[in-house]
Amino acid sequence: MTAQLMPPAAPENTVQPEGDGLPQSRRVRTGRVVLAVLGVVLLMFPIYWMLRTSVASVDELSTLPVRMWPRQWHWENYVAPWRQFPFARWLLNSVVIAVASVVLTVVINLSAGYAFAKLRFPFRNVLFLLILSTLMVPVQVIMIPQFQIVIDLGLLNNTWGVVLPRLAEAFGLFMARQFFMSFPDELLEAARVDGAGHLRTFWKIVLPLSKPLVAVLVIFTFMWRWNEFVWPLIVLTDSNSYTLPVGLQFLIGQFSTDFGPLLAMSFLSILPVLLVFAAFQGYFVEGVARTGIK
Amino acid sequence: MVTLRTVRSTGARTERMAGLILAGPALLVFTVFMFVPLMLTFWYSLHRYRGFGTMQWLGAQNFVEIFHDNTFWRALINTVLFTAVSVPLGVVLGLGGALLLNRAMPGRTLFRALFYVPVVISGVASGVIFLRLFDPLIGLINQLLGSVGLPTVDWQGNGKAALVSIIVVTTWQGVGFGMVVYLAGLQGIPRELYEVAALDGATGWQRFRLIIWPLLGPTTFFLVVYSIIVSFQVFDVVYVMTRGGPGTSTTFLVQYAYDQGFNQRRQGYAAAIGVIIYLIVLLFTIAQWRLSRRRDAA
Repeated sequence: MTAQLMPPAAPENTVQPEGDGLPQSRRVRTGRVVLAVLGVVLLMFPIYWMLRTSVASVDELSTLPVRMWPRQWHWENYVAPWRQFPFARWLLNSVVIAVASVVLTVVINLSAGYAFAKLRFPFRNVLFLLILSTLMVPVQVIMIPQFQIVIDLGLLNNTWGVVLPRLAEAFGLFMARQFFMSFPDELLEAARVDGAGHLRTFWKIVLPLSKPLVAVLVIFTFMWRWNEFVWPLIVLTDSNSYTLPVGLQFLIGQFSTDFGPLLAMSFLSILPVLLVFAAFQGYFVEGVARTGIK
Repeated sequence: MVTLRTVRSTGARTERMAGLILAGPALLVFTVFMFVPLMLTFWYSLHRYRGFGTMQWLGAQNFVEIFHDNTFWRALINTVLFTAVSVPLGVVLGLGGALLLNRAMPGRTLFRALFYVPVVISGVASGVIFLRLFDPLIGLINQLLGSVGLPTVDWQGNGKAALVSIIVVTTWQGVGFGMVVYLAGLQGIPRELYEVAALDGATGWQRFRLIIWPLLGPTTFFLVVYSIIVSFQVFDVVYVMTRGGPGTSTTFLVQYAYDQGFNQRRQGYAAAIGVIIYLIVLLFTIAQWRLSRRRDAA
């Protein structure tokens, strides 16, 4: 079974710190650095402008041209929305949804990934193929019946109505199966010979060796669920149960052209993901390189 | 007496049990929240349904209506247009970034990380950031255009300009991803090839055209197909920045399905649009599978 929607894998452990290894003149290298700096400036400028705007007053923003560097710092933009809107609730909801999703996704994908990779059970390959075929199904294709199912389960406007449907995510399962496929069978058989059952082997031998997989699953699931928009938008109908992205979308209408507080809240909403990225950026780059996930 | 045969069969049985127990939760969530909804999408698409009350059988009537629905065709054309511009743009910029940051240089790791930052920012926050930059009255982009003597652009009132603004944002979001995919592809090119080319006196451009580009073929194909599928799903940025407007000039298929299903409450019709989106995405997924199979077999 080789059907996969993955980029051609780079050979492992062939890190080439020198790129193509050819000598480059100092002038060429300087040119590359200049280009790279230019690229970074272009890509980072919108984020800088978010921060700059987030401390600006309405008057300042409507007096053109807007100064590149703030003269006054309106830190109240970061404080006022917490009082005017249930921003703390949204933050809490986002945290609860992200954490519950991460924990459940890791548990489900780890165990199922192992089962699909190493244990024989009826219809294993057909089932895996079926799951894999849903890899790229857009939410918008299934959202109508899924919405009905969530209503029927009594989960409308409920945290679990957001969390549970998104556990059916083929990427994590695919990644976990790939990871366990590379486990040597001898190791597992040795444990079995020592009298451990399958579940015990999984618990005692396999799990402790799965830390790299868990790390990638945690990081990506956190990012995806934290940033998720359309599904919470559909399920969460009461403004007290919004997540940050849904709440932010609601704030656009409230603030209109008062961009200061709006961008302050936007920055706060992306801060957790930025911190996770800063701490684990190696995993992000490697995760994408290995499996082609976003 | 315990024979080898019975030991083996109980072994197989416990393995089956363990397999089903471990795979069970995943099978459950996939059944309830993926397979059943997917089948129901097809079922709904053959009905008139308002999200409550009874469903009314229509046969293929929703699809006939879609065929004559100007807004649907507008949304399809918008989606294809958006894809046709943003995918090549993302591939070229991603490749450029990867080539730029592949070789040794000071701060390379930091540069790579910074190129990737927009990828991790939520679509809603990205939309808000660019809503501010593209604001027709007080946005920085019009301010810059004005300062160099160019006419300012009505990014919200002009349909073409609104589409351009969406493409700018999604490209900004996607460059880092393309770069990382290409960086992985570049790792697969044996260094000896570069050295041989250098000995033969190949220029940088020849090296790119004769070695790098052909050998990156599979990477490019993956990125193109993946980007096409993703661009058929762009929703968050559009929802925040334009809501599909002005008029229908930035309405894509997924927006139209959402609007029909949740604003107009025509859930059967929305499901029928969903079926069409599904078939389009499936087509590209199968293309990708076939290619990767052929490559693995080779």
